[in-house]
Amino acid sequence: MEVRKLIEDFSISNKYFLNAETFVLELKHTNMLPPIAPGQFVEVAVENAPHTFLRRPLSIHHVDYENNIISLFVKIVGEGTRKLSLLQIQDKVNMIYPLGRGFTLEHKKKVLLTGGGCGIAPLLYLADKLKENLCEVDILLAGKSSNDILRADAYKKFGHLLITTEDGSLGEKGLIIQHSVFKNNLQKYARIYSCGPERMMQAVARLAKAAKIPSEVSLENTMACGIGACLCCVVNTKNGHQCVCTEGPVFDSSELEDFQK
Amino acid sequence: MVDLSVNIGKLRMRNPVMTASGTFGYGFEFDDFIDVDSLGAIIVKGTTREAREGNAYPRMAETPMGMLNAVGLQNKGIDYFVSDIYPRLLKYKTHVIVNVSGSKIEDYLYVAEKLNDLESIPAIELNISCPNVKTGGMAFGTSCDSAAEITKAVRKAYDKTLIVKLSPNVTSVTDIAQVVEDAGADAISLINTIMGMAVDLDSRKPVLSTVTGGLSGPAIKPVALRMVWQVCNAVKVPVIGLGGIMSAKDALEFILCGATAVQIGTANFIDPRISQTIVRDLNTYFEKNNLKSIDDIRGTLITS
Ligand SMILES: Cc1cc2nc3c(=O)[nH]c(=O)nc-3n(C[C@H](O)[C@H](O)[C@H](O)COP(=O)(O)OP(=O)(O)OC[C@H]3O[C@@H](n4cnc5c(N)ncnc54)[C@H](O)[C@@H]3O)c2cc1C
Ligand SMILES: Cc1cc2nc3c(=O)[nH]c(=O)nc-3n(C[C@H](O)[C@H](O)[C@H](O)COP(=O)(O)O)c2cc1C
Ligand code: FES
Repeated sequence: MEVRKLIEDFSISNKYFLNAETFVLELKHTNMLPPIAPGQFVEVAVENAPHTFLRRPLSIHHVDYENNIISLFVKIVGEGTRKLSLLQIQDKVNMIYPLGRGFTLEHKKKVLLTGGGCGIAPLLYLADKLKENLCEVDILLAGKSSNDILRADAYKKFGHLLITTEDGSLGEKGLIIQHSVFKNNLQKYARIYSCGPERMMQAVARLAKAAKIPSEVSLENTMACGIGACLCCVVNTKNGHQCVCTEGPVFDSSELEDFQK
Repeated sequence: MVDLSVNIGKLRMRNPVMTASGTFGYGFEFDDFIDVDSLGAIIVKGTTREAREGNAYPRMAETPMGMLNAVGLQNKGIDYFVSDIYPRLLKYKTHVIVNVSGSKIEDYLYVAEKLNDLESIPAIELNISCPNVKTGGMAFGTSCDSAAEITKAVRKAYDKTLIVKLSPNVTSVTDIAQVVEDAGADAISLINTIMGMAVDLDSRKPVLSTVTGGLSGPAIKPVALRMVWQVCNAVKVPVIGLGGIMSAKDALEFILCGATAVQIGTANFIDPRISQTIVRDLNTYFEKNNLKSIDDIRGTLITS
C-alpha cells in the first residue's frame, strides 16, 4: 500500500555528534507519524545555505512512534549537511516524507545486515523492524578503523553485532567481504541487506548471489525532487532506467545492471 | 471577486498558473501535496513518437540557485501515453496539455496527430527547444526556417490550441517568435532551459554524462524576464512566461512584462505545493491591490 507523502515542519528535539563529521538529528513532529518502512528516506530543506538550492535526501535512521520522532544519521560532506549540523534544538526543519520503497521485511527468519560508512543509516530502523518480526538479526558493520564503527550500542539492541575494520582496530581485520560470516554457511540467511559504498554493496551482492540468497541494496544518487517528477535519479536496471527515488532506493541486487558484473 | 481567468488560444484557464513540462511528472506525483485541479493547466512530460530511455546518469547537477539537467526526454512514447497514461489523466478537471518533442518533423506530426484525437487534451506545447537530445529538438528552435517549417507542419495536423515553446539558446528570440506566430502558433511559451555546464574539479570531469545540460531555476529568471518582455513586444499571440519562478511575486513580474500566463518548473522540486501557493498568493495580491482581472496588470511595465 502506498502511504501518502507529506510535507511538514519538524522541530529538532535532539542532536549529537558521533565523531567530528557524523551526527544524529532527532526531529519531532506534533502529530502522529504515518507508517514508515525501513529504507525509506526524507527530503530535507536546508535553509540559509546559498549553495544548497535543492533539498537533501537522507535515509530514515530510526522512528520513534511514541514520541513522533524521526532520526537521521548524517555525515558532513558539503554545505548542506554542514548547515544541518549547525542547527540547534527547537529549530524547524521542513521535510518531505516518507519517500521511496523500503526493504522487504522477512518474518521469523535469520537475516544478515551489512553496512559501511553513512550507509549504515537505514539499517538501525531495519534491524528494529526485523526483530519485531521475530527475525534472528546479524548485523555486520565495516569501517577503516574503530573510529568508523558508530552506534554499535544502538545496533546491539536489535541483533547480534559483528564488526570488521581494515586496520583490525576493532572486530575482525579486513574488508567487509573478508569477514568470517561470509565463509561458513551463508545459506543460513534468508536474505542479506546491504547499504554503504556501491563497491561494497556490489561485493556483498556477489557473495549473496553465489550462495543463491536474495540480497537487497540501498542506492544513493543525485536527486532533484525525490518524488518521481524530474527523472534525474535513474539507475540502469533489467527494465531500463528506473528512478531511485520511487522504484528504490532499495532494489533487489539482481535487478541492477551494475551489480551483475 | 477576483477573476484570474485567462485565454490561451481556444483554451480558457481559471487562472494563469500552469506547471512546466518535465518538472511536474504527469500530475499524479503531486496529488499528495496539492489539488491539481486548482491550477490553470498542467503540462505533462515531453512525449516522443518512440519510447526513449533518456541520457545516462548523472543527469543532474546542482548549481548556484539552480540546476542543470540532461534527462534527455525519457518517456515511454506516445502510444503508451494514449493507452496507459491518458485514461489516468481523465480524473483531472483542469486542462492537461502535452509537451510534444522529437527529432524529426514526421515524429512531431505523428505525436500531434495522435493527440489531436484525444478529447481531453485541449492543447499541445511544441518543444522545439530541448537542449538535451542529440539531433533535432533544440535545432528546430534555433533557426527561423526550421522553426517556421515545423510549426506550419504541426499546425496543419493539429486543430486545437497550439503552443510553441522557444529556446533561449538563440541570438534573436524575437525573430523566432515572429516566424512561429506567422506559422500559426496560438501562443508562445518561453523559456526552455539555458545551455550550461558543470565541472567537478576533483575528478577533472564534467558532472553530467552529456557534458552540457539545461540550466533552470532562479538563476535564469533575469534572462527569462528579458526574453519574455522582448517577445511580448514583438508578437500578438499570448505569451506564457517561465524560467525561475519561485513565488507569486516572480509570476507577477512576468505578467507585468506582458505574459498572459506563467509556468512553474524547478520550484516544484523545492516545494511540491508551490504552484497552488502561487495561485493563492496571486488572489491575495489582486484583492489587496483592487485588481479585477489579469488585464489590469498585464503588460503594464513602466519603462519611461
Ligand atoms: C536516498 C538517499 C539516502 C541518503 N541517506 C543518507 C544518510 O542517511 N546520511 C547521509 O549522511 N547521507 C545520505 N545520503 C547522501 C546525502 O544526500 C548527501 O551526502 C547530501 O545530499 C550532500 O549534501 P551537501 O550539501 O552536504 O554536499 P554537496 O555540497 O551537495 O556535495 C558534497 C560532495 O558530496 C558529493 N555527493 C553529494 N550527494 C551525493 C550522493 N547522493 N552520492 C554521492 N555523492 C554525493 C558531491 O558530489 C560532492 O562531491 C543519501 C542520499 C540518497 C540519494
Ligand atoms: C528535470 C527537467 C526536465 C525538463 N523536461 C522538459 C521537457 O520534457 N520538455 C520541455 O519542453 N521542457 C522541459 N524542461 C524545461 C522546463 O519545462 C522549463 O522550461 C525550464 O526548467 C525553465 O523553467 P524553471 O526555471 O521554472 O524550471 C525540463 C526542465 C527540468 C528541470
Ligand atoms: S529525484 Fe526526481 S525523479 Fe527521482
